[in-house]
Amino acid sequence: MNAPATPVTPKYAAYICSGCGIGDAMKIGQLENIAKKEGKMAIVKSHPFLCNAEGVQTIKDDIANEQVTHVCVAACSRRAKTEAFQFDGVAMSRANLREGVLWVVAAGKEHDEVRQEMAADYVRMGCAEVKKMKQPAGNLKEASSKRVLVVGGGMSGMTAALEIAETGYEVVLVEKTGALGGMAANLWKRQPFKSPYAAAQEVGVGETAARIAANPLIKVHLNSTIAETSGAPGRFAVKVAQESGAISEESVGAIVQATGFTTYDIAKLPELGGGQPNVVDQAGLEGLAKQANGGAIKRADGKDVKSVVFVQCAGQRDTTGQHLSYCSGHCCGTSIKQAMYFKDQNPDIDTVVMYQDLRVPGMGEDFYRSAQERGVIFTKGKASKVSGGDSCNVTFKDLILDEENTIAADLVVLATGQVPNAGVDLEAWNPVVTAAEGGDEAAKAQRIVMHGSSVLKLNYRQGPDMPQFKHGFADSHFICFPYETRRTGIYAAGPVRRPMDMLQATDDATGAALKAIQAVENAAVGRAAHPRSGDLSFPTARLEGCTQCKRCTVECPFGAIDEDEKRFPKFNEERCRRCGTCMGACPVRVISFENYSVDTVGSQVKAVEIPEEDEEKPRILVLACENDAYPALDMAGLARMSYSAWVRVIPVRCLGSVNTIWITDALNSGYDGVMMMGCKKGDEYQCHFVKGSELAHYRMSKIGDTLKQMGLEPERVVTQEVAITDNARVVKLINDYVAELDKLGPSPMKGFG
Amino acid sequence: MTTANQMAVERYRNNFLKEVEANVEEGHMVKMCMQCGVCAGSCPLGPHWTHSPQKIFMMIRAGKRDEVLGSDSMFMCTSCYNCMVRCPRQLPITHIMHGLANYAHRLGLAPKGQPTRDFATLFWNNAIKKGRVNELMLTLRHYFRNGLVSGIKEALGMQSVGLGLFMAKRLNPMEIFGGHGVKDLKGFHAIIAKAKEIEDRKKGFTA
Repeated sequence: MNAPATPVTPKYAAYICSGCGIGDAMKIGQLENIAKKEGKMAIVKSHPFLCNAEGVQTIKDDIANEQVTHVCVAACSRRAKTEAFQFDGVAMSRANLREGVLWVVAAGKEHDEVRQEMAADYVRMGCAEVKKMKQPAGNLKEASSKRVLVVGGGMSGMTAALEIAETGYEVVLVEKTGALGGMAANLWKRQPFKSPYAAAQEVGVGETAARIAANPLIKVHLNSTIAETSGAPGRFAVKVAQESGAISEESVGAIVQATGFTTYDIAKLPELGGGQPNVVDQAGLEGLAKQANGGAIKRADGKDVKSVVFVQCAGQRDTTGQHLSYCSGHCCGTSIKQAMYFKDQNPDIDTVVMYQDLRVPGMGEDFYRSAQERGVIFTKGKASKVSGGDSCNVTFKDLILDEENTIAADLVVLATGQVPNAGVDLEAWNPVVTAAEGGDEAAKAQRIVMHGSSVLKLNYRQGPDMPQFKHGFADSHFICFPYETRRTGIYAAGPVRRPMDMLQATDDATGAALKAIQAVENAAVGRAAHPRSGDLSFPTARLEGCTQCKRCTVECPFGAIDEDEKRFPKFNEERCRRCGTCMGACPVRVISFENYSVDTVGSQVKAVEIPEEDEEKPRILVLACENDAYPALDMAGLARMSYSAWVRVIPVRCLGSVNTIWITDALNSGYDGVMMMGCKKGDEYQCHFVKGSELAHYRMSKIGDTLKQMGLEPERVVTQEVAITDNARVVKLINDYVAELDKLGPSPMKGFG
Repeated sequence: MTTANQMAVERYRNNFLKEVEANVEEGHMVKMCMQCGVCAGSCPLGPHWTHSPQKIFMMIRAGKRDEVLGSDSMFMCTSCYNCMVRCPRQLPITHIMHGLANYAHRLGLAPKGQPTRDFATLFWNNAIKKGRVNELMLTLRHYFRNGLVSGIKEALGMQSVGLGLFMAKRLNPMEIFGGHGVKDLKGFHAIIAKAKEIEDRKKGFTA
């Protein structure tokens, strides 16, 4: 897969396509001249249908026969025809004449002039960019490990281990307790996974554990925890500590964290009878059912149960802030299953499930119906008080009949929620570390305690576990890529990632298994993982210019950058996702990628021809995120929505990679405004790189002083949140901004550039 | 009737749902209700009921025997079948409503003076007498259900309609003397008696 070594002398070529109507609306000859004279391209050719076999062959021939090393294709968007315009071993830029000009500038002769100017600028920008680019050489790893570590031997962990091993990869499975099975091992039966979803099934932990024992590719460490994890995808070194204290070392390429959950402490619910006799949680009832072993379920005091009430959402979906605020998803199904334990054994036992909203995901609706058929009574009500004792009383509000009521029962089961075993919360960890490093003794002691509760014990400078998402669940790029975490090569699976039932956990584990395999394969050839899958470039820093400000190490969303002994940034490129956030953060601009750098974008900014003030042709720079905003702009073109021809759009990998120098350069050289389009930030972020958009907003909030020094209004720089579906909105954003800048008048910097 | 009522209470104690399942037409489907409320929202007479079908079903499950069987709601159903076609759980709601009304009526627990119930009783008794409806008597009995004075008032109010029907030979005043019946009146009465016997046996009524 690796590119051949780049030839010593670069040779630049530009190819201009006149197909799709480009040739009818623009003067191709003039564009050719610009590429030749201003772009300094050695070879300039135009073609009426560049993406057809003949057009592509023209480029291929030039690469082979004319030793072309850098290609600028001026045709459609860089997101179109990617398979046709795929040339191994050369650097390539794309000038977007179709979606970016032809389709968005209003039709008609009166717009010919501005359309031509826009096209000319895009050709200038494409030529300028490609000259600053290098074809990534890749970074083939000699001794990359393709083994996968699975932490946690419950249903999720066992499933992940089996799925990985069955594709032929080695697995190291670490389990804290003395046996595999986790929570599932304590269940009497489980919800059905298959049609007809009518009855509870055998759990099957024993069979799964036996399959693991029989698989030669899986190495199991029981009674073991992780003592330390260091390295990066493809080269993690993991110290596995036995209960006895013995430590063995494993080298692995990726990690699946399937550490599951613990049940919410029932003692925290005294008003619902927590701690009183004959009030149990769902796990407690599984214990009673196991004891009964198919016979009549008896209470702990040995008495028969004639009536049982299940209280759903006990300590969950809490709005007071005392208990869990979320829904654990599985508990309605679990209570349905447990009510069946009673009904199947003796249909005369009164079973009442008291719910607020019965939530049965997947095919659970059939399971619910099946319980109704058995005569389980479902009551929409909210329990306020449970008194335990020989006869329990459940006081509740019936939400359908709108009245207070009391039910007497021999046994009350509280459906408490899942609390993830996600290790250390980094938000709490970081201040403790800062205090400890400042010499605070209490903080030092606390750091040791916190580190002891860590699951992965990563020696990353960002902390010992992966960041936590909402409610203490392990990280997940929830909206777009649920398996992805901010720690490349480490994947969370099962209830540690979000609350879920067993079927979902096994599906989840399978997904994480596939991600882990991808990660070890990518790491072995130095390829990026999602979302820039396959990218061979990686960041390098000119350390002689580095001021050790640490911004890159702190702001990297993926914890890819450590510090070396001399406190310089040390890049772990296997952990890197190639977003360029470090590049955007660097105040002295020493970080760059081979094919994406301060220069590749900066040269495009400078390549645009800025008309004199009296020409009354403003220029607006749009830096658009390539993940969402740029596709939205392309789609606006596809829908033939026209926006102002004053804008010049440059796609960026992420708004986080935007270096403020681009903004100041643009304003200095006479642009009237700069607009940045990134993804949604905040808790409901849609940024592919999690923090990029947020960081960009933060950085731009600090740019006011610079603008003041330049004598410019703050409105000349704006940042917008855009979703990929916003094709109509991006047009409005641009046109509104153009109107706003029109009121502001031309930039006073014009003519000084 | 009273014996049947007491027996039912004895037999089922608080488990009213089981009583409904055994005695009410389609009663076994009550437990399948998922309390979504689509029936309540679909009923064109919704604002005029004390209890929507959703509430009736919940009350049955809550064991509220007296409230359910004493409710006038089932009698308000006009059999438009809106609830039934919309029910996501495909409960035969209209049939259950009629079944409940019928059961409450038989037990003597249905509300007294409920107009729908009264008219239905009147209609039934009128129809089974001769095997066909004596419209004159049905109308008069209906008008005079609340006594002489209000009866005369109501009848006078409908005077022109009555006269019109008479002129069009649609109302025979001679029907006041009993009217005409079906050909085999004896056979007809035997059919009704047998049907009642079968229904009583099915629903466990011995009275």
